[in-house]
Amino acid sequence: MTLQFLADGLVMGAMTGLGAIGVTLTYSILRFANFTHGDLISWGAYLTLTLSLLIGAALPSAGAPIGPFSFGWPILAAGLAAMLLTGLLALALDFLLFARLRRRGTAIIMVIASFGASLALRSLLEFLYTPAPTYFSRELQIAIPLGAGIRVTPDQLCTLALTAALVAAMHLLLTRSHIGRAMRAVSENPALARVVGINVAAVIRTTWLIGGALACAAGVMLGLTVQIRPYMGFDLLLPLFAAAILGGIGSVPGAVAGGLIVGLAESAGVQFIGANYRAAIAFLLLLLVLLLKPTGLFGVRP
Amino acid sequence: MILDLVSYGMFFLVTALSYAIICLGLNIQWGQTGLFNVGVAGFVAVGAYTSALLTTPETPGRFGGFELPIAAGWIGAMVAAGLCSAVVGAITLRLRADYLAITTFGIAVAIQLVALNAQGLTGGPFGIGFIPRPFGSLADRPVAFGLARLALIGALTLAVFWALERLARGPWGRVLRAIREDEAAASSLGKNATLYRLQAFMLGGAVMGLAGAVQAHLIGFIAPDNYVPALTFQVWAMLIVGGSGNNRGAVLGAIVVWGLWSLSGLAVSAFFPPGQQARAAALQIVAIGVMLAVILLLRPRGLLGEDKTVSRHVEGAEIGP
Repeated sequence: MTLQFLADGLVMGAMTGLGAIGVTLTYSILRFANFTHGDLISWGAYLTLTLSLLIGAALPSAGAPIGPFSFGWPILAAGLAAMLLTGLLALALDFLLFARLRRRGTAIIMVIASFGASLALRSLLEFLYTPAPTYFSRELQIAIPLGAGIRVTPDQLCTLALTAALVAAMHLLLTRSHIGRAMRAVSENPALARVVGINVAAVIRTTWLIGGALACAAGVMLGLTVQIRPYMGFDLLLPLFAAAILGGIGSVPGAVAGGLIVGLAESAGVQFIGANYRAAIAFLLLLLVLLLKPTGLFGVRP
Repeated sequence: MILDLVSYGMFFLVTALSYAIICLGLNIQWGQTGLFNVGVAGFVAVGAYTSALLTTPETPGRFGGFELPIAAGWIGAMVAAGLCSAVVGAITLRLRADYLAITTFGIAVAIQLVALNAQGLTGGPFGIGFIPRPFGSLADRPVAFGLARLALIGALTLAVFWALERLARGPWGRVLRAIREDEAAASSLGKNATLYRLQAFMLGGAVMGLAGAVQAHLIGFIAPDNYVPALTFQVWAMLIVGGSGNNRGAVLGAIVVWGLWSLSGLAVSAFFPPGQQARAAALQIVAIGVMLAVILLLRPRGLLGEDKTVSRHVEGAEIGP
């Protein structure tokens, strides 16, 4: 038996947690389960890919990998730009669809709309880029042995470090900044937040921007460590929901912890049961949480 | 030529009506009760596979093959899908509405995984073939075959429609809508909201299972790829377009959306070179997604919208000040 699944699960869990932050924020602040979140992840990855190819075409000498990593700075620059673009895509979706439905005040209609928008976004990617999987870079990576039979690639370590940095930044933003406190206030009680003069529209915009940007980051990492496919984000949707609910809706540390648990459980499942039923493991975890503790680990609201 | 057109028309109508039955099932859950089911494809799959296992001839290496009559398969499909819905409902109906959405989404994923991987039960990725087709002995006379099938499926759709319409207009349906509109008020009148929801969810799931079985026997072959989230999505589009809460709307929406879907499919095969058709088919789904969003924004009632239903004992009676 090898402990490799621990490392793989941790990497997968970090990306799941990053995506789940966006799910838990939109869920608690906008009050609906957003099915498009997975597709924001895919769009983030494809936007990064397209931008990095453009940079590579404009500056052919720039594409060399940095140090031990498989990617060069074009992908980093493209990733940062794509984070902004994915945030704007989420804002555009809100402007075109969700904001108009929100005014009518039925959350469940927004879930239906997001389900439709999700399929449309995903199929558009399939049309534009074809369903065939693709990669950011074809560079081979030599895995570093960490002892106890565990090997990780430099890209995987980079993913873990970046996730930790992004999560820390999110935590500081939510606890120390004005807009972060406003976001938490709206999540607790939107009516009361409005009464004390919090700009709810600005909070909603920030939520979409952050959610989109983090989804893009998760997509880029998933693309770096696994592959890029139009369905990559949609296939992650169930783990994302499981992580957000497991951690407790509205809790950022909870979403990350939930993501890690789901990621570890999935890779343990692959190790001990087999890869065929991988996607069902997140679902089983989700059922267990809903049965035993619907408020999740760190949450208060059922 | 005309003969081809007539056969195609009948085939189109039969398929559209099988979707209409799924749509009627969703209408009990969403239209009447406000239960958001994103796992329609899963319940349809349970029905299709159950009926296939019950009615196909024996196959080495696979469970089932009981060669029962088709009707037994259809009844089995309703029972299996209903039971499956009862389990899902029992877990999630007491929680908030969108947890039901997420759980049903998950159950559809899980069911598709079982269909894909449990080779000994479902035939795996290759699916199950040789599912007996109703009036299969007429298959070499296309018009008679088409007419017989249309008559059978038409009668079945009518029967389901009539039964659900009776239920919706009766006291049971009124309780469902009362719970949907104001759960506290309905509970204060002594109605057990969770129990009614569970009944509605089960009944809707059973009807979806029946429709899945009907589709399996129309085509004679099923595979896991038939039961992807896009199916769920099509059925939702049908119900929203037709008018949720209205059984006539559910049937009309199924025919309209299936018509648009078939037309756009014809357009794809006419305007795109063969190599690009699979790619262009993705655009069909984009178009349906945009259509759903536009309908939700501009005409949330759909084409027909929900009728006002009051008890016939109240209708016409003087309601004094």
